[in-house]
Amino acid sequence: MKDIKETQTEVNGLPCRIWEKGEGEPLGFLAGLGGLQKWPPLLDLLAKTRRVIVPSLPGYPGALGHDLLDSQLDWVLAAQELLQGAGLAGCDLMGVSVGGSLAAEVAAIWKSMVKRLVLLAPLGLYDEAAPVYDVFTLSPKDLPGMLCADPEVYTALGEVPEGADAAEWRIEQIRAGEAAARMLWPLSNTRLEKRLRRIVQPTLLLWGGEDKVLAPSYAGRFAEAIPASTQVEIVPGAGHLADLDAPHAVSEAVRGFLDEASIA
Amino acid sequence: MKLLWFHLMPYKELPEDFREHHPSIWVDIDSRLFDPQRAHVMYNEFMDELEYAADCGFDGICVNEHHSNGYGLMPSPNLVAAALARRTADTAICVMGNSLALYNPPIRVAEEMAMLDCISGGRLIAGFPVGTPMDTCFAFGQNPSMLRQRYLEAHDLIMKAWTTPETFAFNGRFNQNRYVNIWPRPVQKPHPPVWIPGGGSVETWQWCAQQDYVYSYLSYFGYKAGQATMDGFWREMDRLGKEPNPYRAGFLQFVGVAETRAEAEKLYREPAEYFYDRCLCVDPRFASPPGYTSEATLRAKVKSQLTQVVERAGIKDMARTWDDIVERGYVIIGSPDEVAEQIREVATRLNVGHLMLLMQFGNMSSELTNYNTKLFAEKVMPQVTGLFDDQWEDLWWPQPMGKESRMPMKAVAG
Repeated sequence: MKDIKETQTEVNGLPCRIWEKGEGEPLGFLAGLGGLQKWPPLLDLLAKTRRVIVPSLPGYPGALGHDLLDSQLDWVLAAQELLQGAGLAGCDLMGVSVGGSLAAEVAAIWKSMVKRLVLLAPLGLYDEAAPVYDVFTLSPKDLPGMLCADPEVYTALGEVPEGADAAEWRIEQIRAGEAAARMLWPLSNTRLEKRLRRIVQPTLLLWGGEDKVLAPSYAGRFAEAIPASTQVEIVPGAGHLADLDAPHAVSEAVRGFLDEASIA
Repeated sequence: MKLLWFHLMPYKELPEDFREHHPSIWVDIDSRLFDPQRAHVMYNEFMDELEYAADCGFDGICVNEHHSNGYGLMPSPNLVAAALARRTADTAICVMGNSLALYNPPIRVAEEMAMLDCISGGRLIAGFPVGTPMDTCFAFGQNPSMLRQRYLEAHDLIMKAWTTPETFAFNGRFNQNRYVNIWPRPVQKPHPPVWIPGGGSVETWQWCAQQDYVYSYLSYFGYKAGQATMDGFWREMDRLGKEPNPYRAGFLQFVGVAETRAEAEKLYREPAEYFYDRCLCVDPRFASPPGYTSEATLRAKVKSQLTQVVERAGIKDMARTWDDIVERGYVIIGSPDEVAEQIREVATRLNVGHLMLLMQFGNMSSELTNYNTKLFAEKVMPQVTGLFDDQWEDLWWPQPMGKESRMPMKAVAG
C-alpha cells in the first residue's frame, strides 16, 4: 500500500498495528466490525487534508490481545492505551461500529483524550423495539451483505492479496469476529448508554440509511443521551459500514463537521 | 468391555415435514410443537427404558444435557439421574454430563454430582462437556470467546471442591468465592471418574491425557466416520507415552438388533430416518460462533480445507435415508450374531472400551426400545462383554460402596 506508514504500539504488552497517511492535524480512526485488512478508500479521502492515524484494536487485523480482555473496563482501558500509544491523545477521533462504541467510551471517560468525536453507527446500545442484528450467526457468505449495502465492497476488502498466506489471512478475519463477540456477545449491549451523558465533545453522528445491523433510529437515542452539541447525518443508500459503502459522502460529512466545529 | 445404555430423550412427535417448515430443531425451535402432556408420557417412558436397560444388565445408563433442543429433552440430566439412582441397584449412572461453564457458580455441579454419588452409593460417572455452541452460546448466552477458559476454570474449582477437606477461597479469573466448602462430598475418592465428551480437537486429547480422564467421542455418524478421529486420539496418546488402554476411550453408536437382518431393516428404518432427517436439522447459523473453536484447532482446520483434505463427517453432508444410514455405519443393525460381530469390530478397530449404545432413537416406541434392549442383553452382550478384559483393567469405572453397606433401592425389589 503506497504512502502508508506502518508502525506498532503495545496494549497490555502485545503489539497493535498503526497505519498512517497524510499531513496536517491528526485524525484518529477506529475501524468497525472486521477491522481493516486493507487500507480503504475513505481513509485516502480523509488523508487529503488530515494526518489520518489508524490504530488496530486488540484482536482486529494487525493486533493481538483480545483474549486478555474479560470485561468492558478491560476493553475501554485497552482502547485508551491504544489511542495514547498512537499519539492520538487530545485529537479528533472517528470510530465506526465497534470502533465507534469504544471511541464514545474513551470520550466519555477521559474528556481530554478526544477533541471532537465522529461516530459512525456506533454499537453498544440495545433497543428492544429495534434489536441489534445477531451478526455472529452469519456465515462468511452472508456477512458482506449484512454489513454493507454493496456486498462486493466488503468482499473485496477481505480478498486474499497476492503473496499472502491464505490460511493466516482467513484466521485474521475469524479472530476479528471473535474479538467483536468477546466484547459484544450476546446482544451488543455494553451499557454504553449509562456513560453517554458524560460526553461533552462536539459530536457528529453518521448513519447508513440502509444499516441492517443497527437501525438508523439508534442515532436519535445517541443524540438524545449526549449532552454536547450533536449533529445527525444519515448517509442514504449505505449500510452498517457506511465508511466502506459511501466513502465520498462520509468523508464530506466528516470534513464538513470538523471544519465547521473548528470555526465554532 | 463396558456397555452403557444412552438416552438422548428425543421429542417423538415432530411433524413429518419438520425439515421443510422449520430451520432448526435447536435454539429457536417452535415451542408450539411441544405438548407438555405428551412430554409427560415421553419422560416417564424414557426413564422406564433406562431402568429396564439397568435391569437387563447393562453396565451403565447414560444421560446428557441439551438446551432448547427437540431431540434432547434433558436440560437437567441431574434430575433424571437422581430418579434413576433410586430405581437401580448396581448400574453405573453416567451423567454425560454437565456443561461446566453454564453453572454459576460452578460449585453447583460439584454439589449436585456429590449428591448423586451419595444417593447412588458411589455409582456416578461425572461427564464434563464444554457443551455445543447451540447449547452454551446461543440457548444459554455464554460468550464463545470465553467459554473454554471458563470451562477449564470451572473444572479446577469443582475438582478442588471435591478433594480439599478444608474450606477454601477460590480466586479465579471468572469466579471468586470466599468460602468453598461443599456439603455433601462424593462417596468415591478422590472423586468420581471423569469422562470428557468431545469432538476431535488435539487440545482436548492432550488435556484428557494430562488429567487422566476418559475421552468420549459422541458422534452421531457411527464407527466408520469415527475411525479417523479415534486414530488421531490414539496416535496422540502414543506420542504422549500413554498406554493404549481401551478404557481410556468412549464411543457412541446407534444399534438396532432383531431376530434377523430383514426384521431389523423393517423395525428400525422409521426411527432412524426420524432421527437423521427430522432431528438432525440444525440451522448452520448456530454452528460456529466466533471464538468457540480455539485458534490452534481453527488453524489446523483452515489449512486442511485449503489443501483439500477430506473433512470430518458432519451434519452438512450427512445421510438422511435408510440405505445410506446403514451403509455408512451410523446405525448398526442385524441379527444378534451380526450385531455382535460389528460391535466387536467397532470396539477393536477404534480400540474403545466404553461403548455407549443408543438403542432408543428418533420416534422409536417404548415397546420396540425394550425389545431392542432385551434382545441385545440376552444375545449380543454375552458375546462381547469379555472383550479387552484379559489384557486391560478399567481404571475409569465407578467404585461404589460395598454392596452390604448400600441401601437396597426399594423400587427395584419388585
